[in-house]
Amino acid sequence: MKIILNNREEVLSGENLSVSEMLKIKKFSYKMRIVKINSLLIPREEYESTIIHDGDNVQMIYLMSGG
Amino acid sequence: MRFSEIKDHLSGFRVGIAGAGGLGSTCAVALARSGVGTLVISDFDVIEPANLNRQYYFISQVGMLKTIALKENIARINHDITVIALTEKLDNLNIPEIFTGCDVIVEAFDKDDMKEMIAETVQTRMPGTPLVMGSGLAGWGKSEIIKFRKIDETLYICGDESTAAGDEMPPMAARVGIVANMQANTVIEILMKKTRDYFRQ
Repeated sequence: MKIILNNREEVLSGENLSVSEMLKIKKFSYKMRIVKINSLLIPREEYESTIIHDGDNVQMIYLMSGG
Repeated sequence: MRFSEIKDHLSGFRVGIAGAGGLGSTCAVALARSGVGTLVISDFDVIEPANLNRQYYFISQVGMLKTIALKENIARINHDITVIALTEKLDNLNIPEIFTGCDVIVEAFDKDDMKEMIAETVQTRMPGTPLVMGSGLAGWGKSEIIKFRKIDETLYICGDESTAAGDEMPPMAARVGIVANMQANTVIEILMKKTRDYFRQ
């Protein structure tokens, strides 16, 4: 399926992946992050149950300590 | 636009600042100098000598609550600014309460789990309120990788999004200051596009 990932078109093998599966495929391993799908923030506990569909706009932001 | 007009416009807004460390204290001072009318600042820490490498405090203020010291410092810069200083530890329950009525919220925490917490809280429980975050600011140099990203109308990220602070990668005034001022710059940009509500107190 084709999605927009951080403003870039991205083709992922498989359809209707969960957020967890997408993170694994893309090797987004850093643990602190924000995931938004079509501008809606997905809480960490919903990564397994939330499905990314073809055409979705996905944003992934790493949160680094320091302030 | 003249600065007097900019200042007059900004005086009608309220900005929440979550944390008064390197990001929060520096960002708050930039917003106060620009004339943002009300700042709601929450932090529970006291100033330690180690904080002076990057935070907007003075040697004489070591041991004071950061929020009280920051309120004092802002009053010395611009006494037209109302600072509401709160010493609560922020969590997902009190954030919507403490920052109610804020036109923009600045995330200025140190720890990544707190950054995640406030993002989840503001984005899910305060829909429509813009959140300006800092992520990746430790160390020195590498100015070229510090960036600004507008994710959407309610989420803005300042920082390199890759450098985590630690003992061998300490946050320092120059780089933290760049990101804190990018956050303040973003707040000003959001507010300058916003219509002022003249009937609000």
